[in-house]
Amino acid sequence: MAMLSFERKYRVRGGTLLGGDLFDFWLGPFYVGFFGVTGMFFTVLGTALVIYGAAIGPTWNIWQINIAPPDLKYGLALAPLKEGGLWQIITFCAVGSFSSWALREVEICRKLGIGYHVPFAFSVAIFAYVTLVVIRPFLMGAWGYGFPYGILSHLDWVSNTGYQYLHFHYNPAHMLAVTFFFTTTFALALHGSLILSSTNPPKGETVKTPEHEDTYFRDTIGYSIGTLGIHRLGLFLALSAGFWSAVCIVISGPFWTQGWPEWWGWWLNLPIWR
Amino acid sequence: MKTLLLVAAAVVAAFLTIAQFGTAGWTRPPILAQQHGFRGTGMDQIQTKAGAAALKAANVAPDPAEPVEQGSEKAGTTYENVQVLKDVSVEEFNRLMTSMTEWVAPEQGCTYCHNTENMADDSLYQKKVARRMIQMVQHINTSWKEKHVGEAGVNCYTCHRGQPVPKNIWFENPGPNYKTAFTPRNNGQNMASPSVGLASLPYDTLSEFFGKKDVDENLIRVNATTALPESKGKPIQAAEKTYGLMIHMSSALGVNCTYCHNTRAISNWSQSTPQRTLAWHAIRMVRDLNGNYIEPLTSTFPANRLGPTGDAPKLNCATCHNGQSKPLAGAHVVETYPELTQVTADAAATQEPGKAPAQEPTKEPSPNPPQ
Repeated sequence: MAMLSFERKYRVRGGTLLGGDLFDFWLGPFYVGFFGVTGMFFTVLGTALVIYGAAIGPTWNIWQINIAPPDLKYGLALAPLKEGGLWQIITFCAVGSFSSWALREVEICRKLGIGYHVPFAFSVAIFAYVTLVVIRPFLMGAWGYGFPYGILSHLDWVSNTGYQYLHFHYNPAHMLAVTFFFTTTFALALHGSLILSSTNPPKGETVKTPEHEDTYFRDTIGYSIGTLGIHRLGLFLALSAGFWSAVCIVISGPFWTQGWPEWWGWWLNLPIWR
Repeated sequence: MKTLLLVAAAVVAAFLTIAQFGTAGWTRPPILAQQHGFRGTGMDQIQTKAGAAALKAANVAPDPAEPVEQGSEKAGTTYENVQVLKDVSVEEFNRLMTSMTEWVAPEQGCTYCHNTENMADDSLYQKKVARRMIQMVQHINTSWKEKHVGEAGVNCYTCHRGQPVPKNIWFENPGPNYKTAFTPRNNGQNMASPSVGLASLPYDTLSEFFGKKDVDENLIRVNATTALPESKGKPIQAAEKTYGLMIHMSSALGVNCTYCHNTRAISNWSQSTPQRTLAWHAIRMVRDLNGNYIEPLTSTFPANRLGPTGDAPKLNCATCHNGQSKPLAGAHVVETYPELTQVTADAAATQEPGKAPAQEPTKEPSPNPPQ
């Protein structure tokens, strides 16, 4: 793949966390690095095991392929391969490959001398996944509480796990997470449309500046968060969505076993109006 | 001013956060592993080990009274005004009376039901109610043995737990301010009622679903049976009433929705657990008991035992279950009380105060729940 004339300038040596110079090279457009190698290893192994799991399963229907976690009776121990052991190894591979990807991002940030915002943001997504399949099962004492790997089966798990608490929409952290997800898309839509509006003036006019963008929002709502601020806000909203998603599931089970509507009893029982 | 507002907001937020952490009733691991479906389906019951142990300790069946030698004298000939237990031996009759006192009125003793000057006297309403309740227990242990209660059976203690009035009873709930007719248009919902687990769902679902004996067999069913609508379906309010009833059943049994349902297809019987069949019959049983045994006693009860609209105190799932999937942890409570496992008197043979004797339910529930 052709490299643009200025790209070479940014392909600098060093900045690696592990492996020194050994994997400090590019393959075509892609930086490799130690974590590129581990990431590829876990990805290939994990994907191969998913395909193996599908092969020993009852169907090749892409919607119905299901790699289920072990029975609860195995607790936090290893389960036989065909009774959930496969799920355990695949989970290990998934965590390994996601983490490798994040650390590869860190190495690239170090090479470029930029902040770690991207790997940090990705880490929040990894945290949400790890919460579902490692932290919560660990707290509840069995790997079997993790979700199964399958397009429909994981949705069935979501449904049943929600109904374990009778009405999951009453989960306060779930409320926050859903609100942040909606607000994220709202903010992105506002931002995207604003940028497109100032860069698409009527025919014959010049492209407008951020001053126009700021003025638009000052005129509309009396305040503009600014060109840098909107990206800080966007990152905050998106990470909050993922963070509160992780919180809403990790409290369901380990720290709350009743129906979620009942949680609001504390509000109804405040001494002000009890 | 701005600073003051900020500080005030921070104080309120901190107070609410502390209140929420301190008083919501958070639990902590370890969790008791209870799997009810194929691995990975999430059909699990969620209980802390400590919570399960406390629940078990709070639901212990009392030891049965010492067995007695059977004499030849029958209670009906020795005592006056014995209507239901005529053919039981005097010894067995007295043993049951002693047990009933322990089960229902351990503090009040015999005088809760009896005029001790004349034990045959029916002047206390409690005695008339107790007689009908014995018949109800016999009815449950015979007619509902196969369909719901099984070998475990029920006795007075299953509901009463040493109290004259069982803890979990219910009345029709006419909503706030119904007497002044200044009733908010709340559509019968949004009251954070304990009967629906503090959800905003309709709070008087039990009257409709459990209060009457003759109701539409498909009253609870709201799910469509076809992929696309072929006729006008039930309104969303009907679904919310059903949801309210389901929350009652879950709380009453200390289980979650997945105890009976695989929620990917809630109405589908072939994907449901066997427990759902028991629950289907139980709903019919509760209607039968409320309609044929409790409601006819309305005029027997004094006014202070009746609900806000003058209805008798009725039973629901929680009355027996008390937060456990099997009442009293599934203890067999009538093994040594054979007189409670058979109908010993024709319903018509007992004197019903005020009302005509209740008929046995004519409409038996169908053994195969409709698909």
